[in-house]
Amino acid sequence: MRVAVRLASRMLLAALPLALLAGCAAPTPWVKPYEREHFADPIMSFNRDPVSSVYLDHVFESREGARGATGSVGGGCGCN
Amino acid sequence: MQLRAGGSGVHGGSARALSPFTRTLLALGIAVAPALAGVLPEDRADVMWHLYKGGDITIQGPSVLVRKKVGDNLSLSANYYEDMISSASIDVKLSASPYHEIRRQESVAADYLHGKSTYSAGFITSKEPDYKANTEYFAVSQDMFGDLTTLTLGYRRGWDRVYRDIKAPQGFIENDPTFHERADHRGYSLSLAQILTRNAILGFNYELLTDQGYLANPYRQIRFLSPGQGAGFALAGQVYPTTRTSSSASLQLKYYLPYRAALTGQYRFFHDTWGITARTAEVDYTHPVRKHLIFDGSFRYYHQGPADFYSDLFPRANYQNFMARDRELAAFNSYTVGAGASWLFAMPFAPALGKNSINLRVDHLMIDYSDFRNALLAGTYGAGNEPLYKLNANIFQVFFSIWF
Repeated sequence: MRVAVRLASRMLLAALPLALLAGCAAPTPWVKPYEREHFADPIMSFNRDPVSSVYLDHVFESREGARGATGSVGGGCGCN
Repeated sequence: MQLRAGGSGVHGGSARALSPFTRTLLALGIAVAPALAGVLPEDRADVMWHLYKGGDITIQGPSVLVRKKVGDNLSLSANYYEDMISSASIDVKLSASPYHEIRRQESVAADYLHGKSTYSAGFITSKEPDYKANTEYFAVSQDMFGDLTTLTLGYRRGWDRVYRDIKAPQGFIENDPTFHERADHRGYSLSLAQILTRNAILGFNYELLTDQGYLANPYRQIRFLSPGQGAGFALAGQVYPTTRTSSSASLQLKYYLPYRAALTGQYRFFHDTWGITARTAEVDYTHPVRKHLIFDGSFRYYHQGPADFYSDLFPRANYQNFMARDRELAAFNSYTVGAGASWLFAMPFAPALGKNSINLRVDHLMIDYSDFRNALLAGTYGAGNEPLYKLNANIFQVFFSIWF
């Protein structure tokens, strides 16, 4: 019994580095390329009409204290 | 542009609103981080007319955005944007006079695709009579993990020149020769787009922004109690800190519904060294009808706490080292309800232009201020007892898009 436990412990120790290495491997894509047709639909775009979304960001930032993290870059202006 | 009576120290013209530092980030933005890298954006041209009307301010003008590929790996874009402003806002009425001005902004950008990486760079310049700003930005996007993940890192740098307009004795408007300030800006951003399932995609954005220089608005003023004088208060210049650093993080989750529609939820948290904390939540719904119509609906909620040095009415002059009364730094709740419609069609005599659209969008913005009062009514209610100010505005967009 004691030998079996010791053997199991050694096997676990040997497997540990392999498990760690496996953690470094690139994950297998869980959504295959042929399953992504919905993301090609324009309605799934985060920014379907840039000319419009950028304008609305501008309207809000001109009237609010918060700024940033909208996914777009704003230029400078005196807009309030 | 805002006017100030030459040499008198009293506003003789308009008052704009917020500080240059906030001004600095606004305006047009160019989408730096495509939702998915590894693919260049489509060739497309948009011509838009925008109109904002509310709070006795009308702002309208055109925006033209053109994007075109050059070869297989390079995409160029250019934008012209204009604001024609006619303002008689509450700020203007309190300490200045109505004004008209035009702001013009131009930008160019390039995206270069190399393997699974996209490199982007752009330049934005904005000019108005009393404010000039240049901004440059760079970003790199990388597709990873079987193209399920797109990581984007961005950097931007801005240089602004701040002027103040005065009314010359001859009656025309000119820059005050005694006032010329600068403001510098830096921004660092990280974006992540992650496909979660075959129907859901998650977006994450983080942005750190820093400003240094003249960050106050040269026209706006604070008010402080002055019993026995006029309406019970007097005005004085604002004093802002010369630095500001802010952090904001946002999450977007977009879901494809079984009957071909999209539902989006967004949340953003913001905090800065001026003590402002803000939260934004938004829900958007997109519903196509057959092949040629797309309808959009949205609701946006925004809550903001005040800056540490903001007050609607200070107890006395020189009450503290920093003092501001810009309502953009006040505490308020904001609600925006929006709806849009797009009609997609083929050009009858230009089959090469296979896809075109006409788009209409209307938004209604409501802001309820918690500590910004209508000082124009001080004579009736007494200073500090006026009704809280509310802003209602309508925002219209009409634009025509061509894919070529």
